[in-house]
Amino acid sequence: MSVLEKVRPERPAATVREPRVTDDDGRRVRPGELLWRYLLLLAVLALTTGPFLWQLATSLKGPTEDIYSSPPRLLPAHPTLHNYARVADTIPVWDYALNSLKVAAANVVTNCVGSALAGYALARLRYRGRRVTTLVFVLAMLVPVEGIVIAQFTTMRELGLNNTLIGVVLPGAVGAMNVLLMRGAFRALPYEIEEAAYVDGANVWQRFLRVALPSVKGTLAVVAIFAFMGAWDDFLWPLIVLSDPSKFTLTIGLNYLHGTFANDERLVAAGTVIAVAPLIALFACLQRYFFRGVGEGAVKG
Amino acid sequence: MAAPLRVRRQLPTSPWLFAAPGLLIAGAFVLYPFVSTLVNSFTDRRTLLPGRFVGLANFRELLHDDMFWTGLRNSVLYVLVVVPALVVLPLLLALLVRRNIPGITFFRSAFYTPVVASIVVVGLIWVWLLDERGLVNSVLETVGIGRIGFLSDQWLLLFSAMAVTVWKGLGYYMVIYLAALANVPRELHEAAAVDGAGPVRRFLSVTVPAVRSTMVLVAALSSVAAFKVFSEVYLMAGPSGGPAGEDTTLVMLVQRTGTGLTGRVGYASALSVVVFAVTVVLMLLVLRADRKEEA
Repeated sequence: MSVLEKVRPERPAATVREPRVTDDDGRRVRPGELLWRYLLLLAVLALTTGPFLWQLATSLKGPTEDIYSSPPRLLPAHPTLHNYARVADTIPVWDYALNSLKVAAANVVTNCVGSALAGYALARLRYRGRRVTTLVFVLAMLVPVEGIVIAQFTTMRELGLNNTLIGVVLPGAVGAMNVLLMRGAFRALPYEIEEAAYVDGANVWQRFLRVALPSVKGTLAVVAIFAFMGAWDDFLWPLIVLSDPSKFTLTIGLNYLHGTFANDERLVAAGTVIAVAPLIALFACLQRYFFRGVGEGAVKG
Repeated sequence: MAAPLRVRRQLPTSPWLFAAPGLLIAGAFVLYPFVSTLVNSFTDRRTLLPGRFVGLANFRELLHDDMFWTGLRNSVLYVLVVVPALVVLPLLLALLVRRNIPGITFFRSAFYTPVVASIVVVGLIWVWLLDERGLVNSVLETVGIGRIGFLSDQWLLLFSAMAVTVWKGLGYYMVIYLAALANVPRELHEAAAVDGAGPVRRFLSVTVPAVRSTMVLVAALSSVAAFKVFSEVYLMAGPSGGPAGEDTTLVMLVQRTGTGLTGRVGYASALSVVVFAVTVVLMLLVLRADRKEEA
């Protein structure tokens, strides 16, 4: 798996400063071809981001404005934040956001800690049963979540944890995929560094915390980002495990909002913007890690 | 956590302490539920009642359950439509964004936005776009085609959900293809160009063979995901699965029959076993197709 660490998707290069546009090989791109490329890029841009912009526009339209007009109007005539206040009156949207935040934060912490620990054991420690441990994680990665949700639900009931946020977090608390990702990262480290620490008398915990862990920060960041995104976006499992509306996460709350107040699209639109805006912001800040992580994950998967 | 153990050698228990949290979670919430799903599928267990062993009764009942066949049909149809689109379109998109022209980083990120957004957000956005009075219909009416009931017709609803799945998946598979394209030797393209091959010819005889194993990977990932589709259809068709439940997928059926106070855990488990089995078969089919082409 260490080989896969080296496989990176093409890195977006810095803006080309030369007057002529050249490609990766330094060859000039013909202006005609360039024009076609940009036209296509803009078309796809409209297709992929247009729906989000339309949702944002709808959420800003006032109660008197016709949101069903034909031909449609993108820009609101009198932009207002009124709908955001109304969502909060209708469902406790900020409480739901807080629940989602708690779940996502817990998921980040448990995944980073758990998968770093287990990944280190698998990659760097010699012990009887290491193969079995690896096999457990590989099998766990292969089991489709959709097929076991009912049994997960009954397990939660037996533990008395259904309808709690802890119950939402637990099944994905240490993702098997993340363990294997961390294992790959630790394996790629040269043994010499740790040997030096060993000779200096560092025990296994010290070697893990002071030597190995700081060297795999990049992969740890990828695990953190995906853990946050996965928890924030998850729908099926919280839908099954949560029944008390006061414990809903944002995704379940939105579905509830949609079901109850389907008539007012402005409200639903405002709710979806609240749910998606933090993630888009997070993504915009960390996109280079995203692309690396997805590329790696794919090749590893 | 940094308990300074003053020993030079690792304690024999240390590796197990390291692996313990992960093993506990994987064991208790993935492998144990997997085994209990298999066991439950042979019982008539319900949410509040422990089950009795009933042998293959659940599976026999499945064969006579119209809803099961509807769910199976829809899930299989999903795979057949979504997978070819997700194998081809993201590759074309990757070719489009691969060259480092000014602003390309922005386009790559923007194309990835649907992947980042929660499926609930995506579902609700498209419900609004495809609404009888929504944007798509407004445009269609403006250009004189007239309004189409995307969300009221059984088949249009299912195809709309498929379109949403493809739309949300494009960016994800695009990045996978970008990684693969980075490894295609440029000499191959140049040699083909010297031999007089045009862009289409070069795509078919150089690019496609070079990324073939990635296409197989994408086919495998997307077919398994498509077969287990839940959220898109649930959000667009509603919990009951559209008109007369005709748009129900297998996982929706699992969720509907297995949860709630009267949930038939045994029966839902039998359904889950079918989901496992078909997933495994799909993986094997994709891998076999890969091997055959190689031979």
